[in-house]
Amino acid sequence: MTAERKRLLFLALAGLALTAVMQAVFDDYLRTMACFVGIFIILAASLNFTNGFAGLFSLGHPAFMAIGGYVAALLTFNPEMKPLFLPDLPEWLMSLHLPFLPALLAGGAAAALTATVVGAAVLRLRGHYLAVATMGFLIIVQVLITNMEPYTRGPLGLNGLDALTDLWWVYAWVLVTLYACWKIKFSSYGRMLQSVRENELAAACLGTNLFHARLAALVIGAFFAGVAGGLWGHLVTALTPVSFSLALAFSIVVMVVVGGTGSITGAVVGAVIFSCITELFRPLEENYSVYGVGEILMALVLILILVYRPQGIFGSREPDWLAPQTNRS
Amino acid sequence: MDGAYLAQQILNGLILGSMYALVAVGFSMIYGIINLINFAHGDIVMIGAFSTLALLAVLGLPLWVVAPGVVAVGALCGLVIERAAFRPMRGAPQVTGFIASLGVSIMIQNLGILTVTAQPRNFAFPHYMLEAVPVFGFEIQVVNICIMLAAPLLVLGLLFVVHRTRLGVAMRATAENLDVARLMGVNINRTIAATFALGSALAGAAGLMWGGKFGQIDPLMGFLPGLKAFVAAVIGGVGSIPGAILGGYVLGLAEVLFVGLLPPVYSSYRDAFVFGLLILILLITPNGILGKNTEERA
Repeated sequence: MTAERKRLLFLALAGLALTAVMQAVFDDYLRTMACFVGIFIILAASLNFTNGFAGLFSLGHPAFMAIGGYVAALLTFNPEMKPLFLPDLPEWLMSLHLPFLPALLAGGAAAALTATVVGAAVLRLRGHYLAVATMGFLIIVQVLITNMEPYTRGPLGLNGLDALTDLWWVYAWVLVTLYACWKIKFSSYGRMLQSVRENELAAACLGTNLFHARLAALVIGAFFAGVAGGLWGHLVTALTPVSFSLALAFSIVVMVVVGGTGSITGAVVGAVIFSCITELFRPLEENYSVYGVGEILMALVLILILVYRPQGIFGSREPDWLAPQTNRS
Repeated sequence: MDGAYLAQQILNGLILGSMYALVAVGFSMIYGIINLINFAHGDIVMIGAFSTLALLAVLGLPLWVVAPGVVAVGALCGLVIERAAFRPMRGAPQVTGFIASLGVSIMIQNLGILTVTAQPRNFAFPHYMLEAVPVFGFEIQVVNICIMLAAPLLVLGLLFVVHRTRLGVAMRATAENLDVARLMGVNINRTIAATFALGSALAGAAGLMWGGKFGQIDPLMGFLPGLKAFVAAVIGGVGSIPGAILGGYVLGLAEVLFVGLLPPVYSSYRDAFVFGLLILILLITPNGILGKNTEERA
């Protein structure tokens, strides 16, 4: 067993222990909060995959979440309740009832499939034009969800989902996401993606198929976003089109930028910091009705980071004690 | 469908287009000079609308005093935002500025929620502005006539500044090449600040009109018009002022006709249509109708 494996295994076990402790010690509220933090870790890590590794600045992440969330919800929704909530569903969907894991995977797959189609079109764009196009995609998805009432109940949203998401599910998916990101980052494929980010022309000269690399980065990121959407839906037990807003896209971008674009550790740290800050401010906002303070602070921190430390906390590296042999570049 | 209905729709499109054009021009100017997609630009529209409300309803000033006041407030906001957020990160990669502007936008929106609450407010325009008067056989509200006249006038004023004044020469030189302009003795900081002030002043004026036309305002109201003004700028070619004006009118007309001519079931897809159009134009002709052929896509 190499030193790197030992460290990763140690971290995974530490996470497992932490999850067990949280499960035992926390009350329902804190457990839900911990689940949110975990879901944000998945989101930040998966956006980091798209944005950090391959340099695709996407604001469409919540759209993939929404797709994953709604697909998973339709698959796990209690068949006895379906005619009541969604009387216009097609017959095959009406009777379909899947366990949580296949539903989550289907949600992720649906998001990945959408990413393939959308990516094939918009990945010809670069930089902030890509960001704007993905933002357009996000708004289109929101409008479609709002209007596809037979499947989504429109603006009312789907509620009454089974509360299937718990700490163990979240932990398992955090583990899978981070492991996948880690393995890919330090594989020859991951280096290829990063070469695309650093210098497209040079990467192309070395024989990289730019389009395939970029598409893969978008699709893999979308898959995990879709899964996170499914976890989210079954944690909140409700899905509405407004949940998947540009503000959410912004929050995830902030987590990635603050942590350091391209750093998996950075994405995790960014996600933990920001979901905790938002959550800490929520009671304050409600008690003193000073709504918006959390967001203002978040935006302020972002701007300060962009001015004084644009590479984020970790840059695009991992801390030395975790991956010493890979930071020689 | 009769001619009068169509004409009415076109008129509505022109009114909406005027406002998009006003916001899009500022967007385009700022992009033209420092390659920044400024998402906070739409929120100046909101600030403009709220300062109109404050000056009109709270201070009770007459409209002809309020209008220049609001334009000044818009300009001031532009100056502050440029100084506080964008000047410190000048020279950073484009995407950095873009993310920062999203941050500024979220900050303004939430400062709005904090100070005036998220509750929508009715916009109190004087009654004579809301009366409908017959023009060429149409009934048009005075406020809409004012919008259709004021927007082109303001834009003409802007074009005059850009093409006929020293400041305009400096702006165009800076947009062409910032470093060379500096070598030629152009005060870059002042020129960029002036660009923000001018663009934001127009956005402030658009806020006044927006509130007057739709009658209701809230702290998040600037977001969607801001995005759509950006779409308008893209349609016309980002960085080109005539392009932004053209794009604004094209978008306004397209949006109104989409809602007006298709069966009502489709009208809720309006925003999907607008942003679908955006993606389509980015894919087909990223430089827009009147845009210069640049490498900014990279």
